[in-house]
Amino acid sequence: MDGAGVRRFLLGLAPWVGAVLLWYGVRWSGFVNASLIPAPHQVAAKFFELLTRENLLLDVFVSTRRVFLGVLLGILAAVPVGFLLGWYRPARTFADPMINFFRALPPIALIPLVIVYFGVDEVAKLVILFYAAFFSGVIVMYEGVSQITPLYIRVAQTLGASQIEIFRKVIIPLTVPHILTALRVALGVAWATLVASELIAAQRGLGAMIQNASTYFLLDVIYVGIICIGLIALIMDMILRKISARLLVWQERAVA
Amino acid sequence: MRKRAQFDHVSLAFDTLKGRLNVVEDVSYDIHDGDFIAVIGPSGCGKTTMMSMLAGFQKPTTGKVLFDGRPVEGPGPERGVIFQEYGVFPWLTVRQNIGFGLTLKANHVPAAERDAICDHYLELMGLADFANSYPKHLSGGMRQRLAIARAYAVKPQFLLMDEPFGALDAQTRANMQNLLLRVLATEGKTVMLITHSVEEAIYLASRIVVVTARPARIKEIIEVPFPYPRDETIQERPEFGELRSHIRQLVMDEYRAQQAQMRPVSFSE
Ligand SMILES: Nc1ncnc2c1ncn2[C@@H]1O[C@H](COP(=O)(O)OP(=O)(O)O)[C@@H](O)[C@H]1O
Ligand SMILES: [Mg+2]
Repeated sequence: MDGAGVRRFLLGLAPWVGAVLLWYGVRWSGFVNASLIPAPHQVAAKFFELLTRENLLLDVFVSTRRVFLGVLLGILAAVPVGFLLGWYRPARTFADPMINFFRALPPIALIPLVIVYFGVDEVAKLVILFYAAFFSGVIVMYEGVSQITPLYIRVAQTLGASQIEIFRKVIIPLTVPHILTALRVALGVAWATLVASELIAAQRGLGAMIQNASTYFLLDVIYVGIICIGLIALIMDMILRKISARLLVWQERAVA
Repeated sequence: MRKRAQFDHVSLAFDTLKGRLNVVEDVSYDIHDGDFIAVIGPSGCGKTTMMSMLAGFQKPTTGKVLFDGRPVEGPGPERGVIFQEYGVFPWLTVRQNIGFGLTLKANHVPAAERDAICDHYLELMGLADFANSYPKHLSGGMRQRLAIARAYAVKPQFLLMDEPFGALDAQTRANMQNLLLRVLATEGKTVMLITHSVEEAIYLASRIVVVTARPARIKEIIEVPFPYPRDETIQERPEFGELRSHIRQLVMDEYRAQQAQMRPVSFSE
């Protein structure tokens, strides 16, 4: 690593170190009952204990797979739907209120219904995550697609492009950035919804782990769960950002 | 000479929130094969709208716009368009932008020839050093040249150019004008050019259509007496100067008429 690389690494590390220090600080300040705040090193110890004795990796895997599948299916549906809504103004006027209605519903409020209709198995959890991913993704897609200027399509037409060529060579490249943004937003929302989805009789998974721990007031386990969710979400987002930067080198600025 | 394009009592009005906006009004003129028409008039008067009817993006409200004797139904590669906003594709490199039209089925360019054509226009437009850059790295003038190269590359017989040299500095502008004259001399195209430069109109065009402030009506059609091939020396000729003052006067009158139109609007806003 060169000098600038080291600087950037340290700069990125600083807030984490700061957060840990603050955590210790709050604990030692005496303002809060210390038994309500496990120390960072206790949480770290719990982390290793869970990792070695309780197979924490299985929870991580199960939760990641749920989020991944939920987002994948949600976005697979959101891309064509969002595209149609963004492209055909009448479709938008028609569907816009509906979509905003459903998007505004917190997934957790739907859980009783999901249990009634889909049972308590894996499918039910996926339905919740799909719901969250779809509605957040569809909004991003259609907002983005509706802002595509007709200029590029006109240019392609005057150069002799057929409808299919316009779709392949103009519309798809212009849609890719919005798909990537939709993916990122949906991933964030899906992780946020994970705990709710695992309220449905889940045996394993980070959300289930947190809930079980809260029944027995195991604060350190709750902390481990929360930190794991945050970290995995962060890593997924970083990977997606790398992919975006690679695919969108042509953009004036990288996607935000 | 064969008629390529005809405006036949063409009017166009937009329905806007504030009501009906007449933009083009009863315009009639013919463009013959080999003509170079320059359209000049105050900005916002309806020049782009007039051109976009011939390009196929807008339909006249009344009257007819014909190309090769048939009503224009939509855009097509036989009418190349250089847009005022360039419209270079940001997701393609400079070379890919120039090659875009060549890869389309309608143009029947064998894959083996595409590279050579791209190289030719990269060189011609002074973009060779940026062949593999994305447009975000280009200046405004270079983007404009890229848009021109992309349109030239598919060799349309009829070129519609909307203020194509507007963003260029004086030197590049002169180069591009001379280049256009050379391309026309070798490839014999028909051109409709929108410009706000009186000198450019006289230097390039065989006929100048001066239009009024909005709604655009024909104020005067002026034949330019200089034969092709032309070079910059004609700009020194006394006839050039006379023509220039005459057209300037026409354009200034319309510019003032337009200012007078705008004033009440700016008060009410
Ligand atoms: N699609 C449209 N809808 C409503 N008004 C338009 C539209 N396109 C252009 N106009 C208006 O028509 C007028 C002429 O525009 P334009 O042809 O672009 O002028 P010019 O190219 O001469 O500067 C302008 O006042 C513009 O605001
Ligand atoms: Mg214009």
